[in-house]
Amino acid sequence: MTTKNVAVIHARVGNLASVLAGIRRAGGNPILTEDPDVVASSEFAILPGVGSFVAGMLGLEELGLVDVVRERICANKPTLAVCVGMQILFEGSEENPGVEGLGIIPATMKKFDASLRVPQLGWNNIVAQNECRYLNDGYVYFANSYRATEIPLGWKGAMCDYGGPFVAALERGNILACQFHPEISGNVGMQVVRRWLDVEKQPC
Amino acid sequence: MLTKRVIPCLDVRDGRVVKGIKFQNLRDAGCPVAQAKSYEEQGADELVILDVSATLEERENSLETVRRVREVLSIPLTVGGGVRSVDNAAALLEAGADKVGINTAAYNNPGLINAVAERFGNQCVVVAVDAALCENRDDAWELVIEAGTKRTGHDVIAWCQHVVERGAGEILLTSWDRDGTRSGYDLALLREVSRAVGVPVIASGGAAHPAHLIEAIRAGADAVLAASIFHDGEFTVGMVKNAMADAGIEVRP
Repeated sequence: MTTKNVAVIHARVGNLASVLAGIRRAGGNPILTEDPDVVASSEFAILPGVGSFVAGMLGLEELGLVDVVRERICANKPTLAVCVGMQILFEGSEENPGVEGLGIIPATMKKFDASLRVPQLGWNNIVAQNECRYLNDGYVYFANSYRATEIPLGWKGAMCDYGGPFVAALERGNILACQFHPEISGNVGMQVVRRWLDVEKQPC
Repeated sequence: MLTKRVIPCLDVRDGRVVKGIKFQNLRDAGCPVAQAKSYEEQGADELVILDVSATLEERENSLETVRRVREVLSIPLTVGGGVRSVDNAAALLEAGADKVGINTAAYNNPGLINAVAERFGNQCVVVAVDAALCENRDDAWELVIEAGTKRTGHDVIAWCQHVVERGAGEILLTSWDRDGTRSGYDLALLREVSRAVGVPVIASGGAAHPAHLIEAIRAGADAVLAASIFHDGEFTVGMVKNAMADAGIEVRP
């Protein structure tokens, strides 16, 4: 089996080295890139997590990648979005009111209840729907202050609980979006990335 | 349910793990990469590397250590020690850290907390707060900096609230009175700080027995950091987590 090349969008913020190491552990060959043509044409692409909702969108805008990423996801090209990478698939977030996300999922990210310790930092157990192809039950690492609360229509996913149920991850066809950080979620996280790379792809 | 975390800490200088009490009389204690991997296998929930390098050249070697540890480590890694600028923080993240620890520089240049948080997000910023009991008091603490050598006169509780307002996503709270004493964490300090802030608090300084870690969680800590208890091979991370689970604390199996 040949090693799969994975375009990692160079967002210039966040724990990119961890993402690259995580892909290597899962058996992929990460290629750090900000070139829209490479992102568009690569079989696999990862949109890593960044600081805030607005920083995530601005990062994509500066690199001219907003439409490229949206088209990849709408065309069902294998794409993994992590943390804020997942959040910007939504319409918006309480974190930055008025900032438009990619709008692929018609919902808004909301902040965790003020009675909780925020950000949620640490390992929490997720429960995946039976139909999931990439996600499994297990403990994974979260670092988030905002979250979605319902699995949107047309998606499958895994739920978790922090002061109430929230969406830990979503998958649809060849698209995987994780609120948690698979790259630093030990063996459970590595297996999620490996299945995303290895499961037979649905036609784009 | 969000589990309580057990976090081993490696003090690293010039690419090697070092041991000493309160950063004095440092002696070589092995390879950081092998120890990091071993801690993950034992069930550590995160790892902290504290760079105690004294020179620029040693610090460069520590960056290389972070790179090598990252390749074998699949749990979160926080690196602190000597972070004075956004560029320092960026270099650590680029090498493989997931979070950066800011200590003395947070006091000398509080705007650094805002700057790092704005660029990389609050969840990336761990402010390390070193606390020492005020003279003749057992219920008031002042902030100390520069590896405990300098008292600032600032109230620790107010300081913790201040750094959270500026963007700290987590507080690593070390009791300077207890550090290296093996007499357990300063529980009164933990109670006060965890009540005063809304971000997670990591307890540090004084742990020598699993019972100490359990006490710290019960006092309000979200995570417990320890070094010598694990280095000396007396207890593994797994043994400590089993003891915590037996005491009814939720831990990652």
